[in-house]
Amino acid sequence: MAEIAEGGGGGHDKGKKRAKKSSTRVDMTPMVDLAFLLLTFFVLTSTFSKPKVMSLVYPAKPDPAQEIEPQKINNAITFLLTEDKIFYYSGQYYPANAPGPKGPTVLEETDFSAKGVRKLLADRNAFVLKGKEGLDKKLKAKQIQDSTYLRMLVDFKKDPESLKVLIKTDDKATCKNFIDLIDELKIAEIGVIAPVDILASELDLVNQKIK
Amino acid sequence: MPKIKMPKSSPSIDMTPMVDLAFLLVTFFMLAASFRSSEPVEVDVPSSISDKIIPENVLLVTIDKGGRVFFNLSDPEARRELLMNMAGKYKVAFSEEQINKFTFMSSFGCTMQELPGYIEMPADDRKNLNTTGIPLDSTNNQLKDWVYYGNIAALNSGKTAFEEAKLKGDTPDPNDFKPKFTLKVDNKAVYVHAQNVINVFRDLNLNNLNFITSMEMAPL
Repeated sequence: MAEIAEGGGGGHDKGKKRAKKSSTRVDMTPMVDLAFLLLTFFVLTSTFSKPKVMSLVYPAKPDPAQEIEPQKINNAITFLLTEDKIFYYSGQYYPANAPGPKGPTVLEETDFSAKGVRKLLADRNAFVLKGKEGLDKKLKAKQIQDSTYLRMLVDFKKDPESLKVLIKTDDKATCKNFIDLIDELKIAEIGVIAPVDILASELDLVNQKIK
Repeated sequence: MPKIKMPKSSPSIDMTPMVDLAFLLVTFFMLAASFRSSEPVEVDVPSSISDKIIPENVLLVTIDKGGRVFFNLSDPEARRELLMNMAGKYKVAFSEEQINKFTFMSSFGCTMQELPGYIEMPADDRKNLNTTGIPLDSTNNQLKDWVYYGNIAALNSGKTAFEEAKLKGDTPDPNDFKPKFTLKVDNKAVYVHAQNVINVFRDLNLNNLNFITSMEMAPL
Protein backbone atom coordinates (compact mmCIF):
# COMPACT_ATOMS: atom_id res chain seq x y z
CA MET A 1 0.00 0.00 0.00
CA ALA A 2 1.23 3.39 -0.83
CA GLU A 3 -0.32 5.13 2.06
CA ILE A 4 -1.73 4.14 5.33
CA ALA A 5 -4.10 6.71 6.64
CA GLU A 6 -2.94 7.97 9.95
CA GLY A 7 -6.19 8.56 11.72
CA GLY A 8 -5.96 11.68 13.83
CA GLY A 9 -2.28 12.02 13.21
CA GLY A 10 -2.02 15.27 15.04
CA GLY A 11 -4.13 14.33 18.02
CA HIS A 12 -1.52 14.77 20.71
CA ASP A 13 -3.16 17.69 22.34
CA LYS A 14 -5.15 16.83 25.40
CA GLY A 15 -8.75 17.70 25.50
CA LYS A 16 -8.73 20.24 22.73
CA LYS A 17 -11.08 19.37 19.97
CA ARG A 18 -9.74 19.98 16.58
CA ALA A 19 -10.95 19.43 13.07
CA LYS A 20 -9.61 16.16 11.87
CA LYS A 21 -6.44 16.82 9.95
CA SER A 22 -6.76 14.74 6.88
CA SER A 23 -3.63 13.77 5.07
CA THR A 24 -2.83 15.81 1.98
CA ARG A 25 -1.37 12.80 0.29
CA VAL A 26 -3.17 11.11 -2.50
CA ASP A 27 -3.15 7.40 -2.89
CA MET A 28 -0.97 6.91 -5.94
CA THR A 29 -1.31 3.17 -6.27
CA PRO A 30 -3.86 3.10 -9.13
CA MET A 31 -1.86 5.63 -11.05
CA VAL A 32 1.32 3.64 -10.61
CA ASP A 33 -0.50 0.50 -11.69
CA LEU A 34 -1.66 2.21 -14.82
CA ALA A 35 1.76 3.69 -15.53
CA PHE A 36 3.45 0.34 -15.31
CA LEU A 37 0.75 -1.32 -17.36
CA LEU A 38 1.32 1.20 -20.13
CA LEU A 39 5.05 0.86 -19.75
CA THR A 40 4.87 -2.90 -20.16
CA PHE A 41 2.60 -2.55 -23.16
CA PHE A 42 4.91 -0.17 -24.97
CA VAL A 43 8.03 -2.11 -24.11
CA LEU A 44 6.54 -5.29 -25.51
CA THR A 45 4.95 -3.89 -28.65
CA SER A 46 7.60 -1.49 -29.85
CA THR A 47 10.15 -2.65 -32.36
CA PHE A 48 13.36 -0.81 -32.22
CA SER A 49 15.60 -2.62 -34.57
CA LYS A 50 14.59 -1.61 -38.04
CA PRO A 51 15.11 -4.44 -40.47
CA LYS A 52 18.43 -4.43 -42.24
CA VAL A 53 18.88 -4.79 -45.94
CA MET A 54 21.62 -6.37 -47.97
CA SER A 55 21.93 -4.97 -51.45
CA LEU A 56 22.81 -7.07 -54.43
CA VAL A 57 23.20 -5.80 -57.96
CA TYR A 58 22.06 -8.24 -60.58
CA PRO A 59 23.62 -8.17 -64.01
CA ALA A 60 21.39 -6.41 -66.55
CA LYS A 61 19.46 -8.67 -68.85
CA PRO A 62 21.31 -8.93 -72.14
CA ASP A 63 19.71 -7.11 -75.01
CA PRO A 64 18.56 -9.77 -77.48
CA ALA A 65 19.28 -7.45 -80.41
CA GLN A 66 22.90 -7.19 -79.40
CA GLU A 67 25.31 -9.99 -79.93
CA ILE A 68 27.48 -10.36 -76.90
CA GLU A 69 30.67 -12.27 -77.19
CA PRO A 70 31.11 -14.69 -74.33
CA GLN A 71 33.59 -13.05 -72.01
CA LYS A 72 36.55 -14.94 -70.82
CA ILE A 73 36.54 -14.74 -67.08
CA ASN A 74 39.80 -15.28 -65.33
CA ASN A 75 40.17 -15.75 -61.62
CA ALA A 76 36.56 -16.71 -61.09
CA ILE A 77 34.88 -19.23 -58.91
CA THR A 78 31.45 -20.68 -59.53
CA PHE A 79 29.22 -21.87 -56.73
CA LEU A 80 26.45 -24.32 -57.39
CA LEU A 81 23.74 -24.42 -54.77
CA THR A 82 21.36 -27.24 -54.21
CA GLU A 83 19.00 -28.19 -51.41
CA ASP A 84 21.49 -28.39 -48.55
CA LYS A 85 24.82 -28.78 -50.27
CA ILE A 86 27.15 -26.36 -51.93
CA PHE A 87 29.58 -27.21 -54.74
CA TYR A 88 32.12 -25.10 -56.52
CA TYR A 89 34.63 -25.14 -59.32
CA SER A 90 37.23 -22.58 -60.29
CA GLY A 91 37.76 -20.87 -63.57
CA GLN A 92 36.12 -21.73 -66.85
CA TYR A 93 33.54 -24.47 -67.17
CA TYR A 94 34.54 -27.43 -69.34
CA PRO A 95 31.73 -29.89 -70.03
CA ALA A 96 32.56 -33.57 -70.37
CA ASN A 97 32.29 -33.50 -74.16
CA ALA A 98 34.67 -30.55 -74.52
CA PRO A 99 37.30 -30.93 -71.83
CA GLY A 100 39.75 -28.13 -71.14
CA PRO A 101 43.49 -28.40 -70.66
CA LYS A 102 42.98 -30.17 -67.32
CA GLY A 103 40.09 -32.34 -68.46
CA PRO A 104 36.41 -31.73 -67.76
CA THR A 105 35.31 -29.68 -64.78
CA VAL A 106 35.03 -31.57 -61.53
CA LEU A 107 32.81 -30.24 -58.78
CA GLU A 108 34.13 -29.94 -55.27
CA GLU A 109 31.95 -29.88 -52.21
CA THR A 110 32.14 -27.41 -49.34
CA ASP A 111 29.90 -26.23 -46.51
CA PHE A 112 28.88 -23.10 -44.63
CA SER A 113 31.19 -23.60 -41.66
CA ALA A 114 34.08 -21.27 -40.92
CA LYS A 115 36.45 -23.81 -42.43
CA GLY A 116 34.33 -24.22 -45.55
CA VAL A 117 33.29 -21.39 -47.78
CA ARG A 118 34.77 -18.69 -45.60
CA LYS A 119 38.27 -20.13 -45.64
CA LEU A 120 38.05 -20.92 -49.33
CA LEU A 121 37.04 -17.37 -50.17
CA ALA A 122 39.56 -15.83 -47.81
CA ASP A 123 42.34 -17.81 -49.51
CA ARG A 124 41.22 -17.05 -53.02
CA ASN A 125 40.50 -13.43 -52.38
CA ALA A 126 43.62 -12.82 -50.31
CA PHE A 127 44.62 -10.01 -52.66
CA VAL A 128 41.62 -7.83 -51.77
CA LEU A 129 41.58 -8.81 -48.10
CA LYS A 130 45.27 -7.95 -47.72
CA GLY A 131 44.71 -4.67 -49.51
CA LYS A 132 41.82 -3.92 -47.19
CA GLU A 133 43.93 -4.71 -44.16
CA GLY A 134 46.54 -2.21 -45.31
CA LEU A 135 43.86 0.39 -45.89
CA ASP A 136 42.33 -0.28 -42.48
CA LYS A 137 45.67 0.37 -40.85
CA LYS A 138 46.13 3.59 -42.77
CA LEU A 139 42.63 4.69 -41.84
CA LYS A 140 43.27 4.00 -38.18
CA ALA A 141 46.50 5.96 -38.28
CA LYS A 142 44.50 8.76 -39.94
CA GLN A 143 46.79 8.73 -42.96
CA ILE A 144 43.84 8.61 -45.34
CA GLN A 145 40.34 10.05 -45.31
CA ASP A 146 37.12 8.05 -45.16
CA SER A 147 36.23 8.85 -48.75
CA THR A 148 39.68 7.89 -49.98
CA TYR A 149 39.40 4.66 -48.05
CA LEU A 150 36.12 3.76 -49.73
CA ARG A 151 37.42 4.70 -53.16
CA MET A 152 40.58 2.66 -52.78
CA LEU A 153 38.58 -0.29 -51.48
CA VAL A 154 36.40 -0.20 -54.59
CA ASP A 155 39.55 -0.03 -56.71
CA PHE A 156 40.86 -3.13 -54.99
CA LYS A 157 37.62 -4.96 -55.60
CA LYS A 158 37.70 -4.00 -59.27
CA ASP A 159 41.27 -5.11 -59.75
CA PRO A 160 41.73 -7.98 -62.23
CA GLU A 161 43.44 -9.94 -59.49
CA SER A 162 40.37 -9.89 -57.26
CA LEU A 163 38.09 -12.89 -57.21
CA LYS A 164 34.86 -12.93 -59.17
CA VAL A 165 32.02 -15.15 -58.10
CA LEU A 166 29.22 -16.69 -60.10
CA ILE A 167 26.30 -18.29 -58.34
CA LYS A 168 24.16 -20.92 -59.94
CA THR A 169 21.22 -22.54 -58.26
CA ASP A 170 19.21 -25.60 -59.05
CA ASP A 171 15.47 -25.81 -58.43
CA LYS A 172 15.86 -27.19 -54.91
CA ALA A 173 18.12 -24.49 -53.48
CA THR A 174 16.57 -22.46 -50.68
CA CYS A 175 16.69 -18.74 -50.21
CA LYS A 176 18.50 -19.22 -46.92
CA ASN A 177 21.38 -20.93 -48.66
CA PHE A 178 21.50 -18.23 -51.28
CA ILE A 179 21.50 -15.36 -48.78
CA ASP A 180 24.03 -17.16 -46.59
CA LEU A 181 26.34 -17.50 -49.55
CA ILE A 182 25.93 -13.84 -50.51
CA ASP A 183 26.68 -13.00 -46.89
CA GLU A 184 29.89 -15.03 -47.01
CA LEU A 185 30.85 -13.25 -50.22
CA LYS A 186 30.30 -9.88 -48.55
CA ILE A 187 32.43 -10.98 -45.60
CA ALA A 188 35.17 -11.93 -48.05
CA GLU A 189 34.85 -8.52 -49.76
CA ILE A 190 34.07 -9.97 -53.16
CA GLY A 191 33.40 -7.15 -55.59
CA VAL A 192 31.78 -8.99 -58.49
CA ILE A 193 28.88 -11.26 -57.62
CA ALA A 194 26.79 -12.57 -60.47
CA PRO A 195 23.82 -14.87 -59.97
CA VAL A 196 23.43 -16.61 -63.31
CA ASP A 197 21.33 -19.40 -64.76
CA ILE A 198 22.59 -22.93 -64.42
CA LEU A 199 23.52 -24.92 -67.51
CA ALA A 200 21.88 -28.28 -68.15
CA SER A 201 25.23 -30.08 -68.08
CA GLU A 202 26.14 -28.45 -64.80
CA LEU A 203 22.83 -29.56 -63.37
CA ASP A 204 23.69 -33.13 -64.37
CA LEU A 205 27.03 -32.85 -62.60
CA VAL A 206 25.30 -31.63 -59.45
CA ASN A 207 22.73 -34.42 -59.59
CA GLN A 208 25.50 -36.98 -59.99
CA LYS A 209 27.23 -35.57 -56.91
CA ILE A 210 24.09 -35.71 -54.78
CA LYS A 211 23.46 -39.35 -55.52
CA MET B 1 21.79 -4.92 25.68
CA PRO B 2 19.38 -2.09 25.30
CA LYS B 3 16.40 -2.74 23.21
CA ILE B 4 16.56 -1.20 19.81
CA LYS B 5 13.78 1.27 19.57
CA MET B 6 12.25 1.35 16.19
CA PRO B 7 11.37 4.88 15.23
CA LYS B 8 7.67 5.16 14.98
CA SER B 9 7.14 6.31 11.48
CA SER B 10 4.52 5.77 8.92
CA PRO B 11 5.18 2.65 6.84
CA SER B 12 4.39 4.56 3.68
CA ILE B 13 7.06 5.09 1.08
CA ASP B 14 7.26 8.15 -1.03
CA MET B 15 6.40 6.87 -4.47
CA THR B 16 6.78 10.12 -6.31
CA PRO B 17 10.24 9.43 -7.82
CA MET B 18 9.14 6.01 -8.96
CA VAL B 19 6.04 7.40 -10.58
CA ASP B 20 8.12 10.10 -12.22
CA LEU B 21 10.42 7.50 -13.65
CA ALA B 22 7.59 5.24 -14.75
CA PHE B 23 5.89 8.04 -16.65
CA LEU B 24 9.14 9.19 -18.13
CA LEU B 25 9.67 5.70 -19.52
CA VAL B 26 6.07 5.50 -20.73
CA THR B 27 6.49 8.77 -22.58
CA PHE B 28 9.77 7.64 -24.07
CA PHE B 29 8.40 4.35 -25.34
CA MET B 30 5.27 6.02 -26.66
CA LEU B 31 7.27 8.46 -28.70
CA ALA B 32 9.99 6.09 -29.80
CA ALA B 33 7.78 3.13 -30.62
CA SER B 34 7.13 2.24 -34.18
CA PHE B 35 4.47 -0.36 -34.38
CA ARG B 36 4.72 -3.49 -36.35
CA SER B 37 2.06 -3.28 -39.02
CA SER B 38 0.19 -6.53 -39.24
CA GLU B 39 1.40 -8.37 -42.29
CA PRO B 40 -0.74 -11.01 -43.96
CA VAL B 41 2.13 -13.50 -43.79
CA GLU B 42 4.78 -14.34 -41.29
CA VAL B 43 8.15 -14.43 -42.95
CA ASP B 44 11.25 -15.70 -41.25
CA VAL B 45 14.08 -13.80 -42.90
CA PRO B 46 17.67 -15.02 -43.24
CA SER B 47 20.46 -13.28 -41.36
CA SER B 48 23.41 -11.37 -42.71
CA ILE B 49 26.15 -9.10 -41.45
CA SER B 50 24.80 -6.13 -43.37
CA ASP B 51 24.08 -3.12 -41.18
CA LYS B 52 22.33 -0.98 -43.78
CA ILE B 53 18.92 0.01 -42.46
CA ILE B 54 15.87 -0.24 -44.65
CA PRO B 55 15.37 2.92 -46.73
CA GLU B 56 12.32 5.20 -46.41
CA ASN B 57 10.79 5.01 -49.85
CA VAL B 58 10.59 1.32 -50.49
CA LEU B 59 8.86 -1.08 -52.83
CA LEU B 60 8.68 -4.41 -51.08
CA VAL B 61 7.94 -7.82 -52.50
CA THR B 62 7.48 -10.59 -49.96
CA ILE B 63 7.90 -14.24 -50.83
CA ASP B 64 6.63 -16.68 -48.23
CA LYS B 65 7.82 -20.24 -47.81
CA GLY B 66 5.16 -21.58 -50.14
CA GLY B 67 6.34 -19.23 -52.87
CA ARG B 68 3.36 -16.91 -52.70
CA VAL B 69 4.12 -13.34 -53.65
CA PHE B 70 2.96 -10.25 -51.76
CA PHE B 71 3.42 -6.65 -52.74
CA ASN B 72 3.79 -3.48 -50.70
CA LEU B 73 4.66 0.13 -51.32
CA SER B 74 5.63 2.27 -48.35
CA ASP B 75 4.41 5.69 -49.44
CA PRO B 76 0.62 6.25 -49.02
CA GLU B 77 0.46 8.92 -51.74
CA ALA B 78 2.21 6.63 -54.19
CA ARG B 79 -0.14 3.81 -53.29
CA ARG B 80 -3.13 5.90 -54.29
CA GLU B 81 -1.61 6.73 -57.66
CA LEU B 82 -0.59 3.11 -58.13
CA LEU B 83 -4.07 1.79 -57.43
CA MET B 84 -5.61 4.29 -59.86
CA ASN B 85 -3.26 3.16 -62.61
CA MET B 86 -3.81 -0.51 -61.89
CA ALA B 87 -7.59 -0.07 -61.72
CA GLY B 88 -7.48 1.60 -65.13
CA LYS B 89 -5.33 -1.10 -66.63
CA TYR B 90 -7.30 -4.06 -65.29
CA LYS B 91 -10.74 -2.39 -65.54
CA VAL B 92 -11.50 -3.04 -61.88
CA ALA B 93 -13.60 -0.40 -60.16
CA PHE B 94 -12.81 0.82 -56.66
CA SER B 95 -14.92 3.06 -54.47
CA GLU B 96 -13.38 6.14 -52.88
CA GLU B 97 -13.56 4.42 -49.50
CA GLN B 98 -11.74 1.36 -50.82
CA ILE B 99 -8.97 3.53 -52.25
CA ASN B 100 -8.55 5.26 -48.90
CA LYS B 101 -8.40 1.93 -47.14
CA PHE B 102 -5.86 0.65 -49.64
CA THR B 103 -3.47 3.54 -48.99
CA PHE B 104 -3.11 2.48 -45.36
CA MET B 105 -2.97 -1.25 -45.90
CA SER B 106 0.14 -3.35 -45.46
CA SER B 107 1.28 -6.02 -47.93
CA PHE B 108 -1.31 -7.75 -50.01
CA GLY B 109 -1.18 -10.90 -52.03
CA CYS B 110 -4.14 -11.48 -54.29
CA THR B 111 -5.11 -11.07 -57.89
CA MET B 112 -6.34 -7.74 -59.17
CA GLN B 113 -9.84 -9.19 -59.52
CA GLU B 114 -9.91 -10.25 -55.86
CA LEU B 115 -8.53 -6.96 -54.60
CA PRO B 116 -11.79 -5.02 -53.91
CA GLY B 117 -13.04 -7.89 -51.78
CA TYR B 118 -9.65 -8.18 -50.11
CA ILE B 119 -9.66 -4.50 -49.13
CA GLU B 120 -13.08 -4.84 -47.50
CA MET B 121 -11.88 -7.75 -45.38
CA PRO B 122 -10.91 -7.24 -41.72
CA ALA B 123 -7.16 -7.59 -41.13
CA ASP B 124 -7.51 -10.84 -39.19
CA ASP B 125 -9.33 -12.56 -42.02
CA ARG B 126 -6.59 -11.62 -44.46
CA LYS B 127 -4.12 -13.77 -42.57
CA ASN B 128 -6.30 -16.84 -42.93
CA LEU B 129 -7.25 -16.15 -46.50
CA ASN B 130 -6.39 -18.88 -48.91
CA THR B 131 -4.76 -16.86 -51.66
CA THR B 132 -2.27 -17.85 -54.27
CA GLY B 133 -0.42 -14.56 -54.06
CA ILE B 134 0.06 -12.12 -56.88
CA PRO B 135 0.23 -13.99 -60.19
CA LEU B 136 3.48 -13.60 -62.11
CA ASP B 137 3.38 -16.25 -64.79
CA SER B 138 4.00 -15.21 -68.35
CA THR B 139 0.33 -15.23 -69.38
CA ASN B 140 -0.87 -13.21 -66.42
CA ASN B 141 2.04 -11.23 -65.05
CA GLN B 142 0.29 -8.90 -62.63
CA LEU B 143 3.36 -8.47 -60.45
CA LYS B 144 5.16 -6.86 -63.36
CA ASP B 145 2.44 -4.22 -63.59
CA TRP B 146 2.46 -3.65 -59.85
CA VAL B 147 6.21 -3.14 -59.91
CA TYR B 148 6.12 -1.01 -63.05
CA TYR B 149 3.36 1.35 -61.89
CA GLY B 150 4.62 1.20 -58.32
CA ASN B 151 8.01 2.40 -59.45
CA ILE B 152 6.49 5.28 -61.40
CA ALA B 153 4.23 6.30 -58.51
CA ALA B 154 7.04 6.05 -55.97
CA LEU B 155 9.36 8.03 -58.22
CA ASN B 156 6.75 10.79 -58.45
CA SER B 157 6.11 10.92 -54.72
CA GLY B 158 9.86 10.79 -54.11
CA LYS B 159 10.30 13.76 -56.41
CA THR B 160 7.69 15.72 -54.47
CA ALA B 161 9.40 14.84 -51.21
CA PHE B 162 12.72 15.92 -52.71
CA GLU B 163 11.33 19.28 -53.80
CA GLU B 164 9.86 19.81 -50.33
CA ALA B 165 13.16 19.01 -48.70
CA LYS B 166 14.87 21.42 -51.07
CA LEU B 167 12.44 24.20 -50.19
CA LYS B 168 13.35 23.78 -46.55
CA GLY B 169 16.84 24.84 -47.45
CA ASP B 170 18.53 21.47 -47.10
CA THR B 171 20.72 20.01 -49.76
CA PRO B 172 19.21 16.54 -50.06
CA ASP B 173 20.60 13.78 -52.19
CA PRO B 174 18.04 12.96 -54.89
CA ASN B 175 19.06 9.31 -54.71
CA ASP B 176 17.72 9.09 -51.16
CA PHE B 177 14.23 9.81 -52.44
CA LYS B 178 14.19 7.26 -55.22
CA PRO B 179 12.30 4.07 -54.49
CA LYS B 180 14.44 1.12 -53.43
CA PHE B 181 13.43 -2.37 -54.41
CA THR B 182 13.50 -4.84 -51.60
CA LEU B 183 12.75 -8.51 -51.40
CA LYS B 184 11.70 -10.20 -48.20
CA VAL B 185 12.23 -13.89 -48.66
CA ASP B 186 11.52 -16.68 -46.26
CA ASN B 187 14.38 -18.89 -45.12
CA LYS B 188 12.63 -21.97 -46.42
CA ALA B 189 11.43 -20.53 -49.71
CA VAL B 190 12.90 -22.22 -52.74
CA TYR B 191 15.23 -19.87 -54.59
CA VAL B 192 13.47 -20.50 -57.88
CA HIS B 193 10.43 -18.62 -56.54
CA ALA B 194 12.64 -15.69 -55.63
CA GLN B 195 14.31 -15.96 -59.00
CA ASN B 196 10.97 -15.59 -60.78
CA VAL B 197 10.34 -12.38 -58.88
CA ILE B 198 13.89 -11.18 -59.50
CA ASN B 199 13.40 -11.81 -63.20
CA VAL B 200 10.32 -9.58 -63.14
CA PHE B 201 12.50 -6.80 -61.77
CA ARG B 202 15.25 -7.51 -64.25
CA ASP B 203 12.80 -7.48 -67.14
CA LEU B 204 11.92 -3.94 -66.09
CA ASN B 205 15.62 -3.14 -65.96
CA LEU B 206 15.61 -2.72 -62.18
CA ASN B 207 18.76 -4.56 -61.27
CA ASN B 208 19.68 -3.09 -57.91
CA LEU B 209 17.81 -5.20 -55.40
CA ASN B 210 17.96 -5.41 -51.62
CA PHE B 211 17.25 -8.41 -49.46
CA ILE B 212 15.77 -7.88 -46.03
CA THR B 213 17.80 -9.72 -43.45
CA SER B 214 18.10 -9.83 -39.72
CA MET B 215 21.30 -8.67 -38.13
CA GLU B 216 24.11 -11.07 -37.39
CA MET B 217 27.47 -10.35 -35.83
CA ALA B 218 30.29 -10.03 -38.29
CA PRO B 219 33.11 -12.51 -37.72
CA LEU B 220 36.21 -10.91 -36.27
